[in-house]
Order: sequence, then structure tokens, then C-alpha cells
Amino acid sequence: MSVRHALLALLSEGPKYGLQLRAEFEARTGEVWPLNVGQVYTTLQRLERDGLIESEDTVEAGPQKGFQITTEGARELAEWLRTPPDLTSPPRDELVIKILVALRVPGTDVHEVIQVHRRYVVELMQQWTRLKDDESASDLHLALVIDAELFRLDAVVRWLDSADGRLHRAALDPPAPPAPATAPRLRRVGVRR
Amino acid sequence: MSLLELRGVSKVYGSGPSEVRALRGVDLSVDAGSMVAVMGPSGSGKSSLLTVAGGLERPTDGAVRIEGADLAGMSRAGLARLRRRTVGYVFQNYNLLPGLTAVENVALPLELDGTPAKAARSSALTALDELGLSDRADGYPADLSGGERQRVAIARAIVGERRLLLADEPSGALDSANGEAVMRLLHAACKRGVAAVVVTHDAQLASWADRVLFLRDGRVADQTAPLPGPDSLLTPGPNR
Repeated sequence: MSVRHALLALLSEGPKYGLQLRAEFEARTGEVWPLNVGQVYTTLQRLERDGLIESEDTVEAGPQKGFQITTEGARELAEWLRTPPDLTSPPRDELVIKILVALRVPGTDVHEVIQVHRRYVVELMQQWTRLKDDESASDLHLALVIDAELFRLDAVVRWLDSADGRLHRAALDPPAPPAPATAPRLRRVGVRR
Repeated sequence: MSLLELRGVSKVYGSGPSEVRALRGVDLSVDAGSMVAVMGPSGSGKSSLLTVAGGLERPTDGAVRIEGADLAGMSRAGLARLRRRTVGYVFQNYNLLPGLTAVENVALPLELDGTPAKAARSSALTALDELGLSDRADGYPADLSGGERQRVAIARAIVGERRLLLADEPSGALDSANGEAVMRLLHAACKRGVAAVVVTHDAQLASWADRVLFLRDGRVADQTAPLPGPDSLLTPGPNR
């Protein structure tokens, strides 16, 4: 989450004070991402240093000091909005690693491990759905944040279901072991080179 | 008292080499006003659980009670009456009669149970109105969208004094917005006191339930813990 660009986005609506920016940031993210006031002022100082925002010169630093976005800041914001995040390489997913490791630990039932994680993720989804039912009708930003989280967790459950099924099928019909002649043949190819 | 109770329920189809044990000693209690979701892979016994719970099939072993009444002690006619009056079913493919309008589809179970046509139509219109479909009451299923058809099916399931709702993949054929709308309606019915069992492989759908059961090879392998308070997700934790 880029606090820097979120603050630029809020300032693109018009000049604002630091405390106002903090309150609006939390409201726009459905209060799911709390932000401390120190973080707001540090980020504002850096944005001003980089020429992306400017402050009222006549007012001392503090809650009454107003900020506004510069032309350079608006250009930076427009570019950031249209730059896709880097999704090219898979993240180091702790859950995937745990399931892969469980396959190698003697005496461990990988299906039981999968179910522990499946239950936990579904319980989390129940909590998000309850929040959506209670709050999201009146808060569009919160509804969007909750939907994103539910789709992300849903993908985790789907992967666990898929892994569960794939491991069951593999146990019933184990893959053929590699042919023993493979390694020497490769070695001969290597020698020729 | 639980509205629906299953104790040690088993269901076996066929015999000998072709025997299939669909359910093995399932215990389940669903109180009025609560929704239970049942998840599990294909062949885990989800649909069998629903048909046995709703009295559409008798269990091979164990007891099914609806509002305290043991289904095993009921005559065929008594069971049919209980199904018409107390239990509503929602299926993935809606199961609406194509030659009847929306309101006629919803009124049908009441008329079959002896309610005069005029009173049945009035109750059906009320149920459709509650689901935001009063302006589609005279439309035929073919003229309705998938989401509207499923809402008609839900109206048919809750019309009258039904107290137990059994749903099999109720949003399976719908997009996510219509699927959410269907689950909101089922959830709202539960808030009014209906008990519901929803069978699904979809975790987003299951997450509307108060409790989720995980079936595996006909057994309840696991279930979720009771939900914590509503603010639990908004309390900053170590990862936030």
C-alpha cells in the first residue's frame, strides 16, 4: 500500500490539512489500514521535498498547516495509477511452502494439514462476510476492500481444494519413477560438449 | 430445541460390489435462525445429506428429526405434508415450472397443500415483494434472468410458514453479484427465524453461514468455530 500516492490522491481533490488527510485515508480504506499521524507528516515532508506537493509558507508546521498538490505531483499520481504492480513472479507464499514441506515430513498427514488451513481461511471469510453484511451497504470503500479480501481468501481455499484432490489422485495412481538410463545418457551428452 | 437434528445418520445406496456408503454416522443440529453450510469435494455426501435431512430419502441408519418429530415414525402422507408445510428447497437449476408464471410457481406448494387459490396467490405476491420481484410476478421463467429465477425459487421455498430451508448450490449458476444477492436473501430469511442448510463447494457462499461443516467420505471431518465479535478484523494485529 503506497501511503505516498494515497496522500497525493487525496490532495488531488483540493488543499487539505495533515490530520484531515489521515482521517480521510482511513475512511477511504474502510478503516482496514490504520495510519499513525507521524507517518502522515513524514510522508508529507518527503512529498514536499520532492516537489510533488507544496505547503502554505505563512503557517508554522502543525495541524493547521495546509498542503496542495503540484503539477508534477498530479503527473506522478496519474502515472502511478496506470502502472501495474509487479505480478510477474509468484510471491513466497508461506502456506504453499508449508504444504510442500508437509509432504516430506514422515508421519504427517498432508490432508489433515490442508484441512487445518482450509478451516482457518473459511473462518476468516465468515468474519469478513459478517462485516460486509453489517457495514458495507453504507460504505462503498469498505465493500470494495472486503470483496478484494474475500476473493483473495477464496483463491486460497480453491488452491487447497485443488491440492487436496491432486494429492488424493496421486496416491491412487502414483507417477512412474524416472527411467534409470536417463542420468548416464545425460552425462555422455555433457562429455561430448 | 434444534429445528433440524440428525443423529448417527448413514445412507447406503446399492449393495454388494456396487454398494456406495454416501453418509456414515453424521450428527448435525441446526437451530431456528441459524445457517449451516456444508462443504466438501464431489462425492463426499453433500447432496445425500440434504435429501435425507429434508425427508426426500430415508436414512439407512440413524434418526432425522424436524421440530422434534422423528421422520422414521411418519407415514408417507405425513412426511409429504411435513415437506410441503415446513421444508423449502432451493436448487442450482431453480426447478421452476416453465408453463407457470412467477407468482403461480410460488403459490403452487400452498395450493397443493389445500390453501384456496386466492389466499395462495396473496401469500405468493407477499413473498415475491419481499424479494423485490413484485413487478415480475406475472413473468414466465423464460422471461426472467438467472438471478430473478433464483429469487423466485427462494420465494417458493420460504412462502407460507416454512421453517427449514435446504439449498443445494443455490448460487452456482449465477455471477458473483447475483450470487451475493441470493445469499443475502437466505441470510435475511434466517434472521427472521428460518433454519437453513446450504450445500456448496464455494467458500464465498459458505462464508455467509454461522457454521461450516466439512464433509469427507460421508463423515463430518471438521467444522468452523463460533464467530468472534464483529470488530475482530478491525483491531490492529501484529501483521497490520
